[in-house]
Amino acid sequence: MHRLRALTVVAALTAGAGLFAGCSVTAPSGDGEQDNQVVVATHDSWAMSRDVLRKFTRATGYTVRAEPNGDAGQLTNKLVLTKGSPIADVAYGIDNTFASRAVDEGVLADYRAKDQPASASAYALDDPDAAKKLTPVDYGDVCVNIDDVWFRKHDLTPPRTLDDLADPDYRNLFVTPGASSSSPGLAFLLATIAEYGDRWPDYWERLMANGTKLTSGWSDAYEVDFSGGGGNGDRPIVLSYASSPPFTIPEGGQRPTTSSLLDTCFRQVEYAGVLEGARNPEGAQAFIDFMTHRDFQEALPDNMYVYPVDDHASLPPTWAEFAHTAARPLTVPAADIARNRDTWLRQWSDITSR
Amino acid sequence: MLSNRARSGAAVAALAVLPLLSLTVFFVVPVAGMVARGFFSDAGFDPTGVVEVLGRERVHRVLWFTLWSAGTATLVTVAVGLPVTFVLYRLRFPGRRLLRAFVLVPFVMPTVVVGVAFRTLLSSSGPLGVLRLDGTPVAIIAAMVFFNLAVVVFTVGSFWENLDRRREEAAAALGASPWQVVRTVTLPALGPGIVSAASVVFLFCATAFGVVLTLGGLRYATVETEIYLLTTQFLDLRAAAGLSVLQLLVVSSLLYLAQRTRGRREQALDRNAERESSRPPRRRDVPALTVTAVVLVLLAAPLATLVVRSLQVDGVWSTRNYRDLAGTGDGALLVPATTALANSWRVAVDATLIAMLLGLLVSVVVSRRPRHRLERRGIALLDGLFMLPLGVSAVTLGFGFLVTLDRPPLDLRSSAVLVPIAQALVALPLVVRTVAPVLRSVDPRQRQAAASMGASPARVLVTVDLPTVWRPVLAATGLAFAVSLGEFGATSFLARPDRPTLPVVIYQLISRPGEQNFGMALAASVVLAMVTIVVLGVVERVRTVDVGAF
Repeated sequence: MHRLRALTVVAALTAGAGLFAGCSVTAPSGDGEQDNQVVVATHDSWAMSRDVLRKFTRATGYTVRAEPNGDAGQLTNKLVLTKGSPIADVAYGIDNTFASRAVDEGVLADYRAKDQPASASAYALDDPDAAKKLTPVDYGDVCVNIDDVWFRKHDLTPPRTLDDLADPDYRNLFVTPGASSSSPGLAFLLATIAEYGDRWPDYWERLMANGTKLTSGWSDAYEVDFSGGGGNGDRPIVLSYASSPPFTIPEGGQRPTTSSLLDTCFRQVEYAGVLEGARNPEGAQAFIDFMTHRDFQEALPDNMYVYPVDDHASLPPTWAEFAHTAARPLTVPAADIARNRDTWLRQWSDITSR
Repeated sequence: MLSNRARSGAAVAALAVLPLLSLTVFFVVPVAGMVARGFFSDAGFDPTGVVEVLGRERVHRVLWFTLWSAGTATLVTVAVGLPVTFVLYRLRFPGRRLLRAFVLVPFVMPTVVVGVAFRTLLSSSGPLGVLRLDGTPVAIIAAMVFFNLAVVVFTVGSFWENLDRRREEAAAALGASPWQVVRTVTLPALGPGIVSAASVVFLFCATAFGVVLTLGGLRYATVETEIYLLTTQFLDLRAAAGLSVLQLLVVSSLLYLAQRTRGRREQALDRNAERESSRPPRRRDVPALTVTAVVLVLLAAPLATLVVRSLQVDGVWSTRNYRDLAGTGDGALLVPATTALANSWRVAVDATLIAMLLGLLVSVVVSRRPRHRLERRGIALLDGLFMLPLGVSAVTLGFGFLVTLDRPPLDLRSSAVLVPIAQALVALPLVVRTVAPVLRSVDPRQRQAAASMGASPARVLVTVDLPTVWRPVLAATGLAFAVSLGEFGATSFLARPDRPTLPVVIYQLISRPGEQNFGMALAASVVLAMVTIVVLGVVERVRTVDVGAF
């Protein structure tokens, strides 16, 4: 009996040791510093199909290594902190809410993509100095979404505007990620600032008094509290994206069960730029050129759920039908955002944590 | 004789060199580099900004909430953890090894997923919605207890398990009531183990970040969440440095207090490696058994909601989420989730090896009791130093890596070795806190006797220390492995995108739209829990085997 036990122990130990030894390989990687590699510092939402990246390699000889660095804010701040010893060659994913900080801190070199699509100029930054350094690649509309099924079942007219969200008819129905911890949350705060100007704190007071719920991140709001997000939540109004509805087409169904309110949208434009002091500036420039090409532009919706700046790039069929963007999105000039973001966020925190 | 002692002192000091060097490069330098940015402006050294921050009313409020919530959570964790530890380590019943492995599961679960699980239970539409706990400090503290119970059970358990039972039996035979036995014999003996565990729990709670944001509904701020916001959103490095210094001060004074308390209670204890020190449950164990049953149900509830949701697709039962793990989801991932699991395994093996190597070296050094006061102070300092990584903001450390490890010879910013090293630094204090108290309770006279009979220091280690310490060492190995499997904060910062670990992949899946991605995130979390149970189950199996059989 004892001997048998001892045997199992020895066997287990040996097997364990074998697993340990066999698997312990955080081997030094050979792809550290290659001349033909372009390193792209990007945000966590980065995703791009291998086929598209292979086309870039075939055309230019450069390979791409993407390094996600948190959300747009964290990405920008990391680039600022590592100025002079950059972590990459290209920065992609700095948006219009952080563009001015990156430009003012001098982390970007002058470069604009050659042969940009004509429609891209509408997304260029207003400040001529900033426009020299950042090339618009894509955009997304952050909009209030509603659960159409819920409103039909409760026989209630759905809201349409930001003002409606503060209407007692929609009391305790809205959930949004917070502006201080989430980039769509910040976009929504900016939407309200665009709409109400200096009176935005009053609006937020009304919104909070009307039972608005705050969560720390988008997934929390959409997957737990939103009634249309699959998590049996009890709030039919949520802050999300204009591209969200196609994801709620039921299996075998034809139409989404949710829709976005196009009068509540803030437009986030994402830019790419060459980093000052990049190890591979030529490769960086070639990749920025490639990002504005049709191949890359048409792959954006499926990979990163954003809209190409090239209006001739074709969209996936469900997007073309159910993921319309706002005709007149709410905007705040990038320079204003840079100047006031911290003050606005502090004010917002005071109002919402009362 | 004197030269002999001096030589052994030098040998002990030599053991500390490697751990100290690692700590300096991978902790002291990065944190100092980041904090220094707050103290230096273009005009040179300028601490006024930092000092101004410490005077802000908001900072005082944040500090108070941090201390209050972490303190309460620590007390609750210890209070419910001790009965559970007693049942799982002092009583003998079928299935206890499995339960020990199960208790560790929450510890490895990614915060984002546990946040969703808790909120699914607590939100107004959830089964516990009537309690109205969503977005309250109670929810935050409950989650802290949920995550950290394993720390108490494992560190106190490995201290407790082979304590000789005869002392308690003697007290009982002399007429002490069960409560008197607990109060006068058991608790005093366990003192150092409990203080050890409590200090680790406090550090984990005080630096908790995801739970506070997710469950507090943004209404509550701790020092850690404040540093995160100041660094990543406001880029206000002076304020962040101020808070980091504050954090260091609080943590250091806590560690000092813990050490004082521990030092006073430490005693040589009879340990019995050969005799089974657990016994079958008796009627008087009913209160402890009840508490344990309730705690296990409470641990299982959030996990059960995860399992249920992971097995549903469009409201119908299905295993599709699990089958999808072989793929990359709805365009969300660069590598399949199964590849990430393999990466997690490899990284965890490396991190465990590093943590055990450094942890054992540190434990041996800090468990010596030299006669000179100065030497004793040095050892106490060393002990505290290796706890610091748990008490310092992961954001400060992560950004510190970026700004300091950027030139040769230490250009490690995008190197794959940083991931297991960072995880090992997180696991190291747990290893030390599990092994050192046991080593310290070995009667030094046994070592002296062996040495005076001519045994070399290495031989003393093998014949006196090892028989007592091999079980805690295995427990610590399991704990280190679990820490590495579940580590997210530092890993997400350092992991290469083409080599993510499972928690990183879970985070990527859950933050993207699409039912498939969400379902896969839940399924991957369940897989992570299963791997933990299996690995820890095997460790427990080996650990509790009868030594006499060898």
